[in-house]
Amino acid sequence: MDKVVELKNVTMNYHTLDGETQAIKNLSLDIRRGEFVSIVGPSGCGKSTLLSLISGLIKSSTGEILINNEPVKGLASNVGYMPQRDHLFEWLTILRNTTIGLEIQKKLNKDTMRNAERLLEEYGLGEFKYYYPNQLSGGMRQRAALIRTLAVNPEILLLDEPFSSLDYQTRLAISEEIWLIIKKEKKTAILVTHDIAEAVSMSDRIIVLTRRPGEVKSEHVIQLTTCENKTPIICREAPEFRIYFNKIWKELDVHV
Amino acid sequence: MYEEYSNEHREYIRKERITKNAVTISRIIILSAIFALWEIAANMKWIDPFIMSQPSRIVNTVINLSKDGSLFLHTGVTIYETIIGFVSGTVLGTLAAIVLWWSNFTARVLDPYLVVLNALPKTALGPIILVWIGGTTGSIIVMALLLSIIVTILNVYQSFRSCDEDKIKLLKTFGATKVQILRKVVFPSSIPEIISTLKINVGLSLVGVIVGEFLVSKAGLGYLIIYGGQVFKMDLVMTSVIILAVAAAFMYLSVSWIEKKFVKMR
Repeated sequence: MDKVVELKNVTMNYHTLDGETQAIKNLSLDIRRGEFVSIVGPSGCGKSTLLSLISGLIKSSTGEILINNEPVKGLASNVGYMPQRDHLFEWLTILRNTTIGLEIQKKLNKDTMRNAERLLEEYGLGEFKYYYPNQLSGGMRQRAALIRTLAVNPEILLLDEPFSSLDYQTRLAISEEIWLIIKKEKKTAILVTHDIAEAVSMSDRIIVLTRRPGEVKSEHVIQLTTCENKTPIICREAPEFRIYFNKIWKELDVHV
Repeated sequence: MYEEYSNEHREYIRKERITKNAVTISRIIILSAIFALWEIAANMKWIDPFIMSQPSRIVNTVINLSKDGSLFLHTGVTIYETIIGFVSGTVLGTLAAIVLWWSNFTARVLDPYLVVLNALPKTALGPIILVWIGGTTGSIIVMALLLSIIVTILNVYQSFRSCDEDKIKLLKTFGATKVQILRKVVFPSSIPEIISTLKINVGLSLVGVIVGEFLVSKAGLGYLIIYGGQVFKMDLVMTSVIILAVAAAFMYLSVSWIEKKFVKMR
């Protein structure tokens, strides 16, 4: 199989003066091209750390991370990161927000600009490109944030609980939209979330992590019987949906 | 538009307008009452106008001072020194804050010095500056600068540090350098804080300028005040203080106006 991302026995320790915390322990996983994989786990199990490691923002204590069979050294160039909140810059227009990555990578030229405008156009933000973020709704802002990530044309998208700041209705609608965009642009996606339903509805595969230090507890390949054009919202109606949900819920072993 | 509003809404707007007018009228009444009472008290010899001065004498002083042009000279000097003071204080303070943000080590080393300098009443350094720099405009501007720069450094540095870590992380995932992080997110997100520091600095620089003019004693409203006090011309002192209040309000409002323009632009 065509592996895009490969983690081999990765361990990550954080150091503070109060001591050492092991965030991730001996974690191995593969992500295949075009796959949509969700990572779920109890809070503080190192899910976000995992994404920072893959993007090359931080270096693992031990172990190896490969992207396209190349070890990650410094910042991974073909990885796009989408944070928890949209983090659009209030002082820039939507168009300038979506091209900020290109600007930083000094790749802003006629072609890339046209591509960013095409994405805005295609995903319903064309007429808002000269608006400021505070003039847009939460869902539109989230879409703009995704386009900002897509504008630098990454192969792999890292989604760090990208819907957690939205209200429930918007969340359902926008996760559907973003899923469609990701599939249409043929990207590999890794979604970190604590919302089991969201993970089951969107993913091809779910990886469950243990409590800290995070290790792989189990893996679920999601196969839902739905009609032809399956999308996250339709997936929620599949008979198996509830079964996956309950299984993962039990594995997370939540104690309040 | 207005005609389309419902009666209820029109009534609401009318009430709001009445309240707003009442506030303005009350303000005018208080000011007029103070001046009227002051004038009457002086005329009736309830207070000694030689010590307390009185509005009519202040008006005469203003007229006399305008005739020989010294009113504009002294006011102009004070405003000029203050503007140089708060602009340079804000600019240099911001530059220093950038240095601290850039090097965490420097920031940690300098922290106690900044805390002490911030707590120290800078006006106490006046005589030292006067001796070192001499009785020139330079001394006065340095006083104004000293008063505003430390607060600026602390405020702006704090604002740089409180810049959202996730926004910085986002730029880092695009491969941003430290200069890019500063230019694209840390600095722009601190602009409101820098402008509000500019507003604080108007007041602080004015304190520096007046103390400087007391010491240098060559020109400016501070000089008029100290001179008037020494020769017991209370009319001159009171006039200068009132002009000073007007000039201070004028400068503060100008900066507020700039702030509003900026906020609108963003």
